[in-house]
Amino acid sequence: MASVLEIKDLHVSVEGKEILKGVTLNVKTGEIHSIMGPNGSGKSTLALALMGHPKYEVTQGEILFKGQNIVELEPNERARLGLFLAFQYPLEIQGVPLGRFLWAAKKALMGQSQADGQPDKKADAKALSEFRKQLQEKMKLLKMDESFAQRYLNVGFSGGEKKRAEIVQMHILKPEIAILDETDSGLDIDSVKIVAEAVNQLRGPDFGALVITHYQRILNFLKPDYVHVMIDGRIVRSGDESLVHELEAKGYDWLIHETKAKAVR
Amino acid sequence: MAKRIEEVRHLGEKKRPVEKEQAVYDRDYSRYAFSYPTDKYKYVLKPGLSREVIEEISAIKGEPTWMRAFRLQAYEIFLKKPMPTWGGDLSAINFDTITYYATPTDKSARSWDDVPEEVKKTFDRLGIPEAERKFLAGVGAQYDSEVLYHSIREDLKKKGVIFLSMDEGLKEYPELVKEYLGTVIPPTDNKFAALNSAVWSGGSFIYVPPGVQVEIPLQAYFRINAPQMGQFERTLIIADEGSRVHYIEGCTAPIYSKESLHAAVVELIAKRGAHLRYTTLQNWSNDVYNLVTKRAVAYEDATVEWVDANIGSRLTMKYPSVYMLGKGARADILSVAFAGRGQHQDTGGKAIHAAPYTTSTIVSKSVSKDGGRATYRGHLVVAKGAHHAKSNVRCDALLLDEYSRSDTYPYIEIDEDQVTIGHEATVGKVGDDQIFYLMSRGLSESEALSMIVLGFMEPFTKTLPMEYAIEFNRLIQLEMEGSVG
Repeated sequence: MASVLEIKDLHVSVEGKEILKGVTLNVKTGEIHSIMGPNGSGKSTLALALMGHPKYEVTQGEILFKGQNIVELEPNERARLGLFLAFQYPLEIQGVPLGRFLWAAKKALMGQSQADGQPDKKADAKALSEFRKQLQEKMKLLKMDESFAQRYLNVGFSGGEKKRAEIVQMHILKPEIAILDETDSGLDIDSVKIVAEAVNQLRGPDFGALVITHYQRILNFLKPDYVHVMIDGRIVRSGDESLVHELEAKGYDWLIHETKAKAVR
Repeated sequence: MAKRIEEVRHLGEKKRPVEKEQAVYDRDYSRYAFSYPTDKYKYVLKPGLSREVIEEISAIKGEPTWMRAFRLQAYEIFLKKPMPTWGGDLSAINFDTITYYATPTDKSARSWDDVPEEVKKTFDRLGIPEAERKFLAGVGAQYDSEVLYHSIREDLKKKGVIFLSMDEGLKEYPELVKEYLGTVIPPTDNKFAALNSAVWSGGSFIYVPPGVQVEIPLQAYFRINAPQMGQFERTLIIADEGSRVHYIEGCTAPIYSKESLHAAVVELIAKRGAHLRYTTLQNWSNDVYNLVTKRAVAYEDATVEWVDANIGSRLTMKYPSVYMLGKGARADILSVAFAGRGQHQDTGGKAIHAAPYTTSTIVSKSVSKDGGRATYRGHLVVAKGAHHAKSNVRCDALLLDEYSRSDTYPYIEIDEDQVTIGHEATVGKVGDDQIFYLMSRGLSESEALSMIVLGFMEPFTKTLPMEYAIEFNRLIQLEMEGSVG
């Protein structure tokens, strides 16, 4: 049975200001959804609220994942349910090598708490060596040098390297539903292709994604099943891939006018 | 031209709302916190300090007259010196309630089988015999006043490496001890160095002959067991020309909620071309006053590295120093401190450039949390004539909440023109976004915070042998548990 992320009439405020004004959307495993929209329309707010950033306050509506309301859950509890967010601006963590971090995260997701990621049990040794191999493969897939596993998490990574590292993390942690927040921004065309191919590789009955983007180019590779347009904190139009081309041809203005017209009425 | 820079900064002095005083002793250290009764001890001197106490210690040890005289002279100096007031709060120390000498036995064993049962149990629980088998070249284990076990690998012994307790060192190599003891840190240096000189007991005596490379570490383990104990070990390490040695010490104590005092003196001598590293993992319980004087002299082309980590104690005042006396000498001081609730870690380092082409680096990293206070106190001196000296000082502080505090007192005195000096200080806070990022990958809030703190400490951890790195990380995690939410 497919897992479903159900967003129902979601209102979200940041520091008292309402950004999302009633978003309703269902994302199932096996589906790729895309959300497009102009700057400031609330796309990233949606991504961060879904993952549970403490600054983003849900004031109305609910988020159900696998039938459970997750609004009150901590981000790590959401992650353990199978949710993942590829950050628009991945954070830098000094002194924590990417590989060690991912091993700790993987173990945390498997229910073993050990934040330093140091192997200290023999039972770990086998799992660890498998993990290392897997990490190497995934880095190859994203065309990242192996040495990145030893480098501190995102520290000194270029913009594009950070984004690709997010997708490596996604591959290792294997979420059921992934939210990609402008993963394609700041990537050159080759990198966009690499990232899109890596996402496509996960595509299947056990994986769904919500891809937030400004641009159609990543969607040309991803071919989303559903496309939504968000304007001023609401989804104003949903359709299939053809909507991408319509937006490409016409821009957002016509939708903005339409939205305003509706609001006046 | 003389330059003097004094830059003082204080951060995070916001007063914490009413809190439980009891919490000072709240740390759960079941792995370390056990203790045994002292009723079977061979010696427990009555609390308090006097000439008689010092004479008794000296008599128990059967020392040569010159050492007895050294102690008594130091005692006079101790009496004359006022309590230092420039650093942490020492007002709770009562010299009359401290026990200055106590030991379950006066025999030092060469085999764990010969160690008294409860002492052995202690060191077993702390994993010392296991560590010795696995990765150490030699071990010394001090329990209250005396070193009750020590050993050194046969091959090193054959090469002439000496690793003894200081008391045995005095018995077996009196000339060496007499020649060097108190030359790096005389009793007149400060009140607690004087106190140590008067009542010292235990500690390590190490001599590494010219050219001998001791590739794996020698370790000493210091354990306070008795309540309101004073531990005054005295360590002297001589690395002869072109030799290399790495010494590690660890310290723990059970919690008594009464003040204990640890006032050690450590003197290092690195002769021409020698390489000496001294690593400390200090994890005293939160009722120990840890007032330690550590100093090294480095001769031509010698390198001294102090790697000093302070996690425990109520108050630590410790500033490992290196006097670079020979051309091309090098000093590396890495000091990390963790100040939790009720703790004050007043630490740092001193580098004295007294010869040309000398190089020093001082790196200090501190974490303060739950109202803890971390102070960096540094002293960098480039003397006239120490041309082409190079020094780099860096202190990074991490504040985990607004009630904790970080102070920086970097004193720099330069009396030479041709020098290269770098100084950098940062104060950071853990960002909500960093925590959120790590949590979004499955880590709990305290795991995320631990990971950030451990990452901050990484420059220190990576200098440790793996077993110690794991232990250190575990200690930090213990500190971080329950710190949020």
